[in-house]
Amino acid sequence: MNIHEYQGKELFRKYGVATPRGIPAFTVEEAVAAAKSLGGRGREAPSARSNDVWVVKAQIHAGGRGKGGGVKLARSLDEVRDLAAKMLGMTLVTHQTGPAGRVVRRLLIEEGADIRKELYAALVVDRVLQRVVLMASSEGGMDIEEVAAKTPEKIHKVAIDPMKGLEDGEAEDIARRIGVPAELVPKARDLFKALYRCFDECDCSLVEVNPLIVTGDARVVALDAKLNFDDNALFRHPEIVALRDLDEEDPAEVEASKYDLSYIQLDGDIGCLVNGAGLAMATMDTIKLFGGNPANFLDVGGGATTEKVTEAFKIMLRNPRLAAILVNIFGGIMKCDVIATGVVAAARQVALKVPLVVRLEGTNVDLGKKILADSGLPIISAADMGEAAKKVVAAARGVPVAA
Amino acid sequence: MSILIDRNTKVITQGITGKTGQFHTKMCRDYANGKSCFVAGVTPGKGGQDFEGIPIYDTVKEAKAATGATVSVIYVPPPYAAAAIDEAVEAELDLVICITEGIPVRDMIRTRYRMQGRKTRLIGPNCPGLITPDEIKIGIMPGHIHRKGKIGIVSRSGTLTYEAVGQVTALGLGQSSAVGIGGDPVNGLKHIDVMKMFNDDPATEAVIMIGEIGGSDEETAARWVKDNMKKPVVGFIAGVTAPPGKRMGHAGAIISGGKGTAQEKLAVMEECGIKVTRNPAEMGKLLKTVL
Repeated sequence: MNIHEYQGKELFRKYGVATPRGIPAFTVEEAVAAAKSLGGRGREAPSARSNDVWVVKAQIHAGGRGKGGGVKLARSLDEVRDLAAKMLGMTLVTHQTGPAGRVVRRLLIEEGADIRKELYAALVVDRVLQRVVLMASSEGGMDIEEVAAKTPEKIHKVAIDPMKGLEDGEAEDIARRIGVPAELVPKARDLFKALYRCFDECDCSLVEVNPLIVTGDARVVALDAKLNFDDNALFRHPEIVALRDLDEEDPAEVEASKYDLSYIQLDGDIGCLVNGAGLAMATMDTIKLFGGNPANFLDVGGGATTEKVTEAFKIMLRNPRLAAILVNIFGGIMKCDVIATGVVAAARQVALKVPLVVRLEGTNVDLGKKILADSGLPIISAADMGEAAKKVVAAARGVPVAA
Repeated sequence: MSILIDRNTKVITQGITGKTGQFHTKMCRDYANGKSCFVAGVTPGKGGQDFEGIPIYDTVKEAKAATGATVSVIYVPPPYAAAAIDEAVEAELDLVICITEGIPVRDMIRTRYRMQGRKTRLIGPNCPGLITPDEIKIGIMPGHIHRKGKIGIVSRSGTLTYEAVGQVTALGLGQSSAVGIGGDPVNGLKHIDVMKMFNDDPATEAVIMIGEIGGSDEETAARWVKDNMKKPVVGFIAGVTAPPGKRMGHAGAIISGGKGTAQEKLAVMEECGIKVTRNPAEMGKLLKTVL
């Protein structure tokens, strides 16, 4: 699960991670009120210039907002008003949103920051070490994947002992290595330790601060906040579940999650319904291999009931591009006759108009095939995954395929 | 011969009184030599009772002492599953197979930390388990698709393992052992660990290695294979079409920061002399070409 930057910063503050002062806004009026309440002269604005400065930041669950025009400086309340009016409702396209972009519905109004140095810090789970790793770099504000590719020596890492947590020495060492000025090392140390406590206690899967800044008034501040959470741990964090923003999620994926279906929308035209995540990916790959394009990933899991299969069909059929459906089931504990009954019932209930190819294998496969054949529905059956993929690709192109 | 388990293995079911634990304990007991393999169950507070004649104990330690079991299989719900692994490790079992899907990563990091230097090996979590055909099945895979033979299978995915098993069986070959290591990012045995065992197992002649997007375990195993493996290995990686940044069902199946793509894994496997196919319907056929 992801949350917005402003929610992430609120969590940061609870753990003692310094952030700029900021207030979320859902309307233009709220944005202006937020700017007024923060006060015109950002605490960190250069006093010599003594001019007002705020930052208006679009809140969407994707990175690259600055380049996409979603982060702007405002020098007056009127400018805050203009920017807020422009940003709210705009479709923001960044390298992470895809070409369709995301509609901006929330803003964060923040005080300006006097940036002296931009750094990078993140906490991730290292699968090989099986520990949380603090990763930091002197190259803040940049695309960290690019830094890792071009100048890997500028990325410093420390694997954290899960029983001891991040230790003082480790945190100070990494602060020095990324160029935090000596007198600010203790502040950076405390910030890193607080970040780790936040990661650990909230069951995060990613915490990323880019940039982490050193300010003109000698503070170390998280200027951005990206947090992802481990879905498997949400059962023990109702306070985090409450931060979920359904507007940021694909409606088909939200609908699927209600029925315990694992669904991901893709941009092709061939729907697939499969049991098991690995087999579901392999089915998509096979469709592609034979020249088609999968419309979705869909794992119905081990206990695919008629209701689940019906809902899965309905969700796939919401997609206007959908040209054909491939059902690929390897029945293990789940018997093929049960699946076949479910597929037939679902196809009838949704009055299926697109070609349907079904490949069944495993327990009670013969009985399952008989149920499909006896249904009177124009179901195209296939002996194996390869054949199923070829048939569904042809059917999606409107080529007649023998049942 | 086989790896990890055989007809003489004695198994404890942790979480035997839950619906899933009951169902699969029955299925496993009915498979091959299962009746003499599944000797005990554990559910705290239900010691002294039995499940269809299988005695239940309060703790793994008691179950081990009473039955001599050396292996456990876990069907405990996710919030308590990591603690169930800890208990099996404390009781010094040889092998723990955790079927449970949905354990928080934070719990698994701590459990793996506590396992350092201990004798217990872990398979899973979020896995189908493992089987030595005609001898013993520990887990949720359908027994009847298997056939005793000389092909080792190791995979992160459940149904994709069945797919490979089914193809191998249909070709008239069979499996020495088939191991599902699970789809979680922090887990026990990796491809490389199982590969080493197949290499040392005289009953295994060739191996099918199935991977998926996320992490770099397949690459690590492939490099080991290049330098050490005495037997042919073929492979398949699921997720060539998976978009980056999206978790594809399994907690560990995600391309993040441009890392863990299927293309990258396939390329490394090929470099290391592992024959790969892009068509999962042809894993069996490909295997036949290397025998």
